[in-house]
Amino acid sequence: MNRNKILYSGAIILAVTLIAALLVALVLYSIGASPLATYKTILTGPLSDLFGVTEVLVRSVPLMLVALGIAISFRSGILNIGAEGQIQMGVIASTAMALAMPHAPKAILLPAALMAGALAGALWGGIAGWLKAKLQVNEILSTVMLNYIAAQVYTFMLRGPMLDPNELETGSGTPQSMRLPEMAFLDTLVPGTRIHMGLILALVAALLVWMLLWKTTLGYRMRTAGAGAKAARYAGIPVERYLIVAMLMAGGFAGLAGAVEVSGVHHRAIEGISSGYGFAGIVVALFGALHPGGIVPSAVFFGILLIGADMTQRSASVPANMVLVLQGVIILSIVSAQSFLRNPYAQERFFRWFARFSASARKAGKGAQS
Amino acid sequence: MTALEPISELKLEGITKRFPGVLACDGISLQVRRGEVLALVGENGAGKTTLMNIIMGLYRPDSGTIHVNGEEVHFHSPGDAYARGIGMVHQHFMLVPNMTVAENLALGLKELHHFMNLDIKGAAKRIREVSERYELPVNPDAYIWQLSVGEQQRVELVKTLCLGARLLILDEPTSALTPQETDDLIVRLQRMASELAIIFISHKLNEVKALSDRVSILRHGAVVFNGQTANHEPSELAALMTGHDVVLPRNEGSGVQGEALLSVQNLCVRGDRGNLVLDGLNLELRAGEVLGMAGVSGNGQREFADALAGLRPVESGQILFGGKDLANCTPREIIHAGMGYVPEDRQTEGIVPSFSVKDNLILKDFAEPRFSKMAFLRKKEIDSNAEALKERFDIRCPSTSTATGSLSGGNIQKVILAREISRGPKALVAVYPTRGIDMGAQEFIHEQLLARRREGIGILLISEELEEVMNLSDRIAVIYKGKILKVLPAVEATRERLGILMAGLADPDTPGDAQAEVPAGAAHE
Repeated sequence: MNRNKILYSGAIILAVTLIAALLVALVLYSIGASPLATYKTILTGPLSDLFGVTEVLVRSVPLMLVALGIAISFRSGILNIGAEGQIQMGVIASTAMALAMPHAPKAILLPAALMAGALAGALWGGIAGWLKAKLQVNEILSTVMLNYIAAQVYTFMLRGPMLDPNELETGSGTPQSMRLPEMAFLDTLVPGTRIHMGLILALVAALLVWMLLWKTTLGYRMRTAGAGAKAARYAGIPVERYLIVAMLMAGGFAGLAGAVEVSGVHHRAIEGISSGYGFAGIVVALFGALHPGGIVPSAVFFGILLIGADMTQRSASVPANMVLVLQGVIILSIVSAQSFLRNPYAQERFFRWFARFSASARKAGKGAQS
Repeated sequence: MTALEPISELKLEGITKRFPGVLACDGISLQVRRGEVLALVGENGAGKTTLMNIIMGLYRPDSGTIHVNGEEVHFHSPGDAYARGIGMVHQHFMLVPNMTVAENLALGLKELHHFMNLDIKGAAKRIREVSERYELPVNPDAYIWQLSVGEQQRVELVKTLCLGARLLILDEPTSALTPQETDDLIVRLQRMASELAIIFISHKLNEVKALSDRVSILRHGAVVFNGQTANHEPSELAALMTGHDVVLPRNEGSGVQGEALLSVQNLCVRGDRGNLVLDGLNLELRAGEVLGMAGVSGNGQREFADALAGLRPVESGQILFGGKDLANCTPREIIHAGMGYVPEDRQTEGIVPSFSVKDNLILKDFAEPRFSKMAFLRKKEIDSNAEALKERFDIRCPSTSTATGSLSGGNIQKVILAREISRGPKALVAVYPTRGIDMGAQEFIHEQLLARRREGIGILLISEELEEVMNLSDRIAVIYKGKILKVLPAVEATRERLGILMAGLADPDTPGDAQAEVPAGAAHE
């Protein structure tokens, strides 16, 4: 019974994804691109060689980390829309930490830089958690506003205090920080590509988040606070405290994602480093059913979409922003599918329609035979 | 909205509906005519609601036919049912709180929607006509949120009649009403019955007895009994409904009552709107007794229970429990002191609906060494605990991994009771423990409470069902406007005496007894 239910839900989600793909195909068609060729490029292009595969994984690492944090916060009943700002704070803090100790050994510098990033993200997220717990400030409002602030802080830091002195003297004045000391780099996994140890880190983090949420008493408390705040209070769980804890963790994962991007990929703080991972992470988390076991494949899937979009831009001359359209349609479809799965009347109506449809199809088939 | 002809007869024949794994309706045949009240009774999950949803066109039956006035009909939506004069009042009201009564009606009446203009006056006029004709006083300009539950119920009836229904399906219409509102509703329905046909769904058999002409009993999706209500006693119907004789257990008295366990002194607590809802309440609960608290709901019962559980701040006064003042302690501290609590709102406070049965059974104890080790949950212990409690408390669920919110009210209450009792509390506060629960589960819950009493637990039973209070209690405290008006031994209580006290009037049996007096049995003795 339970297994049937999972299969059934899976079938619905699959159907919904197909509908989303069809809708986007319409949009593609209307801008004069070939939907089939575009989808082919998006889905098979990135996986056709080693470079593409590793690039997909490079993109999936920050998505995974952010989505894990989002899952923790959503499961605990607080909607973190602020990952984008938390990533930027993480980038600033980890870069500053790495640049502050240029001669420290790797065993100290790398963990210190990553920790600094996670801590800064946690504090940035924690503000929203604290405001919600103590003053009942809506977290969607506060996290979005904190995003704006973080974006300005980030721009200021890169153009001011953290600007690479070389850029001023000899360079073009590109707003970016100095290059990190090599002791702060995450090792490359496959020589000649950009895939780095962050992938292992993210996979371990996924395992840890799963254990935290479903195997520990802390996770039980957080899930209870999220799934039934009233019942949690009744059972003696101080819900407000776990809202703050959840936002600290969610912010921490986003900040860590920022630090990993710096240490693993760019090796310095640059403008646009996050490129929307904070928002895409929400989609990844929802598409992965707010469960680490779903988030890992879902992050890889969105990595494919991102790389594939780049490729279509080059080969099929379809704007890469089409992926944003696809993302949006997927979110809407998932939300609709979820409410469909919760509504027995709608399902009944659907099956009635389906039964009539298949009956008439059978009749038509028989008619054709005779 | 053009009814072909007034509905005079509805006939169901051989209605069968199967859901994956469940046969919800198994060849059900029913018939109801104009001028008749048919009571449809059955336990939770017997198929009543599915059957009604089939009549209203929300579900299609797998087989079977529906006839209106002898003509076969196929409804595809509630709109189709209304067009033939069939309307339903749902158990949970379908009203928009921040709209007026007239606006709520206008929502459902397409003919009032003109281009750029909504005919609210027309809606109000129609409401006045219907409410006069059927003696259902309703003010069309009142906002829904201003109305009491009983008044909202009347609005639902008027709305359904305005939409053209002449066969009313009432799904447990009294489940949210106070006893006074219930009596009022029954009288009004009796008056209306001559012009209408009514299907009355309930499992409160005294109401069935008072209102209906005929009764059909559903069990496991099939009709097991059809008969004239007048010829059958409620106990007989109860046995047919549950499949076995139902004898609601009684407190046989003569329990050895121990010392004072819980002593509440001069308790003052504010309600949600900031007014003092409890105003100097005194009460004493002894070990090994059931203390019933009778009163019309809204007299401070909920706030009292909240304060006892630490969920509502105490303005002043003391809650002495085991030598410790629990006023303004955290829920955690109170739980640890040995207080059990079966809350009024079982769906969202007593359980986390999306959690499995086994997870809900450890809601208060997950951090105890029994269920956790070094911050990790002990899955095996949690599983075996759930299996044992499922057995002991007869929790009917497909498995202990099932989402608790999908169980029936009676089974949810058993989950809560199992958790609260198995924790071994010293005192148990139970608020409306059997509200809206079918007879079989009610019997079981009552037995459990009495068994705990024999073990020496002090039980505070807050209820508005006088029969429940009188059956189970050793002593009965009557609450009125935030004070205990009187505490009397259960043997001296009668329905009439309690009714008068609950209305806030002086006790007729003790001359000179006034409202303001410090109640007998208060903690100062």
